[in-house]
Amino acid sequence: MPDIEKFIEIEVLRYRPEQESEPVLQSFNVPFTDDMSVLQGLQYIKDHLDGTLSFRWSCRMAICGSCGMMIDGKPMLSCKTFLRDYHPAGLRVEALAHMPIERDLIVSAEDFITKLESIKPYIIAKEPRAVSDGEYLQTPRQREMYEQYSSCINCMLCYAACPQYGLDKDFTGPGVLALLHRYNADSRDGGAAERLELGYADEGFWGCTAVGYCSVVCPKGVDPANAINQNKMNSAINYFTRFVPGKGAEK
Amino acid sequence: MMKRSNEPIFWSLFGAGGMLAALIGPALVFITGIAAPFGVLLPADTMSHAHMLAFTQNWIGKLFLLAVIPLLLWHAAHRVAIMLHDFGVHAVAAVKLICYGVAFAGTVATAWLLLAPGS
Amino acid sequence: MSATGSDARRHAGGRRPYVRSMDGWWKRDPYFIRYMAREATAIFVAAYAIVLLFGLYRLSQGPAAYDGWLQALKSPLSLAFHLAALATFVYHTWSWFNIMPKTMPILFAGGKRVTPAAITSAGLAAAIVMCLVIFGIVWRIA
Repeated sequence: MPDIEKFIEIEVLRYRPEQESEPVLQSFNVPFTDDMSVLQGLQYIKDHLDGTLSFRWSCRMAICGSCGMMIDGKPMLSCKTFLRDYHPAGLRVEALAHMPIERDLIVSAEDFITKLESIKPYIIAKEPRAVSDGEYLQTPRQREMYEQYSSCINCMLCYAACPQYGLDKDFTGPGVLALLHRYNADSRDGGAAERLELGYADEGFWGCTAVGYCSVVCPKGVDPANAINQNKMNSAINYFTRFVPGKGAEK
Repeated sequence: MMKRSNEPIFWSLFGAGGMLAALIGPALVFITGIAAPFGVLLPADTMSHAHMLAFTQNWIGKLFLLAVIPLLLWHAAHRVAIMLHDFGVHAVAAVKLICYGVAFAGTVATAWLLLAPGS
Repeated sequence: MSATGSDARRHAGGRRPYVRSMDGWWKRDPYFIRYMAREATAIFVAAYAIVLLFGLYRLSQGPAAYDGWLQALKSPLSLAFHLAALATFVYHTWSWFNIMPKTMPILFAGGKRVTPAAITSAGLAAAIVMCLVIFGIVWRIA
């Protein structure tokens, strides 16, 4: 026996720079089944109702980080959010907060990418190594010190969550600072001094006021709030001891 | 080369004050604002002039108040400054000057009242 | 805030990125309202410190002046203020130790990861103990 078709209203914040000066809400009535994600709802709209609807997506399994958007005002991955949870009230979908809207649900990721590049998100070897030196060895404990922070999929939900980033674009932001910490905390890495030049600045860790919403919305359990705020103590100690010879040499 | 932040100064004071407030704040408020004045669980003369003079003339009392009053003020100053920024007040330098200025004035006043000759 | 025609010329392909306002951002989610409430506890912390400072000042002016301050503490206004301050300080203690795990590095005890809940519980327990100790000392001396 076929399922009785049920519908849900998806209200989307549209923005087409060539035809409107400001974003405008548009409602779509979408037939759905309980297994459908919000992403699939958007794909239905694009396939059957309005082919001009623009949005990013790729893996549809919460690992590529492409499909971040505001769903009823909360930053979420649309592939990991289900229409059944918004039935029968319906839902409102908007582009990620705190970032400029390019078109419909697509935001400019330029600022995020620039900041990501600035923290050197790769292992900087302590000394030059040759292949003949063999592989790095790492204990499970050493791995645990950075593993959760390495789960970042660059989805930018934390940037949509962070009011300090929303208020001041000079702030490096949760995700990038979490990655800064991820590399500093990796026993294979020797580049902490370079990265902490940014970390110890107002644009770094000190731009954070421990709102903590970034960690709530992160779909991968990275906990950027923790990555950032655990560095404030080190930064403060370094600040006060940096002129003491031997004790706090510039790090 | 990015400029090192000076936030550690204010953050450290904020943290010390916050920890102090978190650990003993409720007790202090209860004692000085409810128990002693109204004789609830404590004798009505707990905070009499004689008792308080003895407390503040004692070096333990002096150290205690020198820690509590200024640290609570520095803790509050940091949070209020950040709150004003969060509410959209853009004059950041002026806000910090006023907030930390009040905390500084309160610190000086406390020190004077407790350490000046004859106190 | 909005995008203007000149922006279309600046960006290739007729792009006109739209920047949304941050006005009233803290009202958009209950999480942000709780954050603001946590920060706002500072107002009562400052007020209480100033009450103490004023008492210290009155003390320096002699018995008559100090007794005036003490008398004011018995007013309904003072009671209302201190009850509100007490509630605020308790909320401060609660929110302080709830955020504290975020400020700690990854820790291990007995080979296992120390959980945020453990840190919060330890902090709250310490606060309860310290408050009882302070009250106990005052009760003993008074």
